[in-house]
Amino acid sequence: MVLNTLRNLRAALPQALGFARPGEAPVSLSAKPPRAADGDVLLETVGLTKTYAGADSELPVLGGIDLKVRAGEVVALLGKSGSGKSTLLRCLAGLVPPSSGTVSYRDTPLTGANPGTAMVFQTFALLPWLTVQQNVELGLEARAVPADQRSDAARQAIDLIGLDGFESAYPKELSGGMRQRVGFARALVVEPDVLMMDEPFSALDVLTAENLRGELMELWESGQFPTRAIVLVTHNIEEAVLMADRIVVLGSRPYGTIRETIEVGLDRPRDRNAPAFEELIDRVYRIMTGRTKETRIPGRPEGTDLDKRTPANTPLPTASVDGLSGLAEMVAHRGGRCDLADLADDLGLEVDDVLPLVDALDLLGFAKISDDDLVLTDRGTTFAGADVQQSKTIFATATMNVPLVKLITSSLHQNPDSTLRAGFFRDVLAHHYTSEQVTQQLETATDWGRYAELYSYDADPQEYRLDNGAGQAT
Amino acid sequence: MSFRTTSPAASRASLPSRFAGRLSRMTWVDVVVAAAVLVMFYLVLRVGQGTTVRFSPGQSVTVDTSPGRLPYDAARSLLRMFVALALSTVFTFAYAYAAAKSRRLERILIPALDILQSVPVLGFLTVAVTGFIALFPGSMLGLECASIFAIFTSQAWNMTFGFYYSLTSLPRELDELSRSFRFTRWMRFWKVELPSGMIGLVWNGMMSFGGGWFFLVASEAISVNNKDYALPGVGSYAGAAIADGDLAKVGWAILTMAVMVIGVNFFFWRPLTAWAEKFKNEQSEASEVQRSVVLGFLRRSNWPHLLGSLLRPVGRALSTAGRIFGTDDRPLAVDPGRKRTGDIAFAVVAGGLILWGLIDLGHYLLDRTGLGVFGEPLLLGLATLARVVVLVVVATVIWVPIGVKIGFSPRLTRIAQPVVQVLASFPANFLFPLAVWFFLKTGLSINVGGILLMALGAQWYILFNTIAGAMSIPSDLREAMDDLGVRGRQRWKRLILPGIFPSYVTGGITASGGAWNASIVAEVVTFGGTTLTATGLGAYIAKATAAGDFPHLLAGVAVMSLYVVGLNRLVWRRLYRLADTRYAL
Repeated sequence: MVLNTLRNLRAALPQALGFARPGEAPVSLSAKPPRAADGDVLLETVGLTKTYAGADSELPVLGGIDLKVRAGEVVALLGKSGSGKSTLLRCLAGLVPPSSGTVSYRDTPLTGANPGTAMVFQTFALLPWLTVQQNVELGLEARAVPADQRSDAARQAIDLIGLDGFESAYPKELSGGMRQRVGFARALVVEPDVLMMDEPFSALDVLTAENLRGELMELWESGQFPTRAIVLVTHNIEEAVLMADRIVVLGSRPYGTIRETIEVGLDRPRDRNAPAFEELIDRVYRIMTGRTKETRIPGRPEGTDLDKRTPANTPLPTASVDGLSGLAEMVAHRGGRCDLADLADDLGLEVDDVLPLVDALDLLGFAKISDDDLVLTDRGTTFAGADVQQSKTIFATATMNVPLVKLITSSLHQNPDSTLRAGFFRDVLAHHYTSEQVTQQLETATDWGRYAELYSYDADPQEYRLDNGAGQAT
Repeated sequence: MSFRTTSPAASRASLPSRFAGRLSRMTWVDVVVAAAVLVMFYLVLRVGQGTTVRFSPGQSVTVDTSPGRLPYDAARSLLRMFVALALSTVFTFAYAYAAAKSRRLERILIPALDILQSVPVLGFLTVAVTGFIALFPGSMLGLECASIFAIFTSQAWNMTFGFYYSLTSLPRELDELSRSFRFTRWMRFWKVELPSGMIGLVWNGMMSFGGGWFFLVASEAISVNNKDYALPGVGSYAGAAIADGDLAKVGWAILTMAVMVIGVNFFFWRPLTAWAEKFKNEQSEASEVQRSVVLGFLRRSNWPHLLGSLLRPVGRALSTAGRIFGTDDRPLAVDPGRKRTGDIAFAVVAGGLILWGLIDLGHYLLDRTGLGVFGEPLLLGLATLARVVVLVVVATVIWVPIGVKIGFSPRLTRIAQPVVQVLASFPANFLFPLAVWFFLKTGLSINVGGILLMALGAQWYILFNTIAGAMSIPSDLREAMDDLGVRGRQRWKRLILPGIFPSYVTGGITASGGAWNASIVAEVVTFGGTTLTATGLGAYIAKATAAGDFPHLLAGVAVMSLYVVGLNRLVWRRLYRLADTRYAL
């Protein structure tokens, strides 16, 4: 497949994409700015913030982002879910308006959709009622390119991306990998300055994603890639290190800010077994888990400082009781200590899947992070080895250190008939979280509280009720 | 329209050579299709000529009831139905698009639609007839328009709601695709929004069309202001046969109606629903797809290709012309001051217009009858409400067990579902004379019998949706219940009733809405020289219509709308919410 693509590339590119052979008119009719030289700033944000309307105030999603994307580079925006990386990408593409600050393309502030970018979507966003060829032609059609020219250009982009023979197929007849190729061809055929990729490989299986990443990077390295820069949103650390020249790590607490920017100086194609590569992965992992420069996560007080924890500064991670017990048991099997990156790798999981569980174990006092390792505490070890009733009792004690669970329990105790509407807690949380986050916080708190038999939740009147058999086996 | 088999090679060939190539490969399938199209054009022209026949309101109306006239009458009725469908579709696009795109218009258009949906259409027929006759003096076109308007009002709201919903719930990535690739607004509508809403539009259109037959029959022969009007059509034919008390001719009319309902389903809606399958936004091939013999036949012929290549330049020209609507883009910065000023200006203008209308209406009623005019319909409404409640309860008790039985058996479902679909679209007012004949024989009071008449049309929605609900209960749940030995009452309480609840509520709303509308024709019925009148709001409206008494008509219609809206808000909406939160499978 790779060889094939390269062969196509040499044959197809010069005529296809217009820019390679000097003196020949480009296919696209739209007046394009001159090709940017390496290092020219294509996209720039200055003091970019983004907030969404909350209950009584604006809730920040992105705070003060200063970012430059230059011609000739691949920039990865890396972060956990909720770090605002997708929102940042959409601000750069001019699809989402910033709340303050500016986004500019080639020094011109954006007033609408960015004319110099094209997007590749996580879910492909192919129109199922159009053929591959018609899907690829869409962007050219929007630019009023005459029909014969656009079908030629589309066919050559299709060849370039390894889809030849699939022109008249419908998206639903294709495998996931082939569908995303259509997504790439559709974006590349309009020759945008910057290719925007929103987690383009995360809906694909591991092997397909690997293959497509490889082909894309070979195409990029060949120096004849139709676009001048790539912005990639991902939560996959390895993907970022494999592909990017620069990794921008976004932190999620209290809201999306640039935590650190890492220049990746490795030569391509990158060998993932090389020590430098592995070292870089570990470094990014440490930054992602927030234990590099400071010993604690910003916005969250130290573990010993339990009194200062509030539901506002200590959000519950999205972790189910089953998930976190499973992780605890797995760590216990490995002797109560294991390397995080290895663990995730062995399980075939990505950072988004594992980190909430790790955060939950940490919050409950079942585990600690030391260096790159996850280490079970004594309480955690007991929890991992306990039977159902014992583990419930241990869990109940541990959750009393979790501010939101504690708040719900003590509020119920103070209330004469031991019931409270969920709306009460929603209102309390609404000052600090978006409504989606509030729902997620309460869902986790309900799950944990139910398991701990502290309180029950009746979904119909949406009411919390003190569990009479609290803490006991009933 | 593009068909799957178009190969890139074909599109590269020049048009004349393609033409010749196609012609030489003409098959008998193509000949049949061409002949069918030709015959259809001829029929539309022949039948359409009749609509402009001279006519003056004073003219006495006689309807020729020889059975030989029936095919022509049927064609006229069909033409009316399809014109109304075309109008509904255009209205749907315009209204739903305006509501979905303008935040300000949405505030007014959507609640208005909600109320329009609850207004008993038949009550407004009188107003429409007088208005349209004034618009086209001395021509049948006025009556024709009034009838089409009645059918239109029964179809449009439902389709508009469906399309508005699909416009506003467009998947986020498709919206971003359109903006990121700088689609024109024209492209966005035709390539993204309309295709995404196509399946809903076709299915809603089919259901609304089924409901439209009832209004076709009711609107072809009406008396307004003590004058009788009749348009050539199956409805007026049946009306005349009923007036003569000729059961044999009524039978012919019923047969014609059945042929029409089934024929339209076979030749129009089945192919259309099967064609709409290609707009399914799913990533894998569906296991169960709609099929149509007619569509298969058409696809085997060469005509779609030929038409496609002929129409493609037209599509391109339109697409170029459509560029004037601009690019699909949203300004990133909105001036909050200007936005607020705009909001206020809009609110003042809209509120002022509504207030002015209300004051004018109040004066009109005060001048003629006084506001006490609302008292009587409010009381009579209770009688009709009682009928609707009894109808829904009895229909539920009878049809839910039968529907569950059918829905649990795939074999029964295959047989019963199309039959019930036809029964639901068959205009029940066609059967009224038979029922009246039955009432006269048995001496059953119309006050009770009226429920039966209303039920003739309304009950099928409950059966239909119960079947759908029972089918949606996963078989592993049923097996689990078998395994645990859950049967009898417990099985109904724990599995069946919760499982069918969401579908049942949908059926219940439709049935209750239909029953209110039907009360206008069901509470006053005539057969031969006998007229039976029940006590109720429907009879009140029917009487006001016949007498051309506008103040009473207005009061009656307003009160009935109030009852329907009230019932929906207080009962059905709540059940809907319950179904959504608790019983969604």
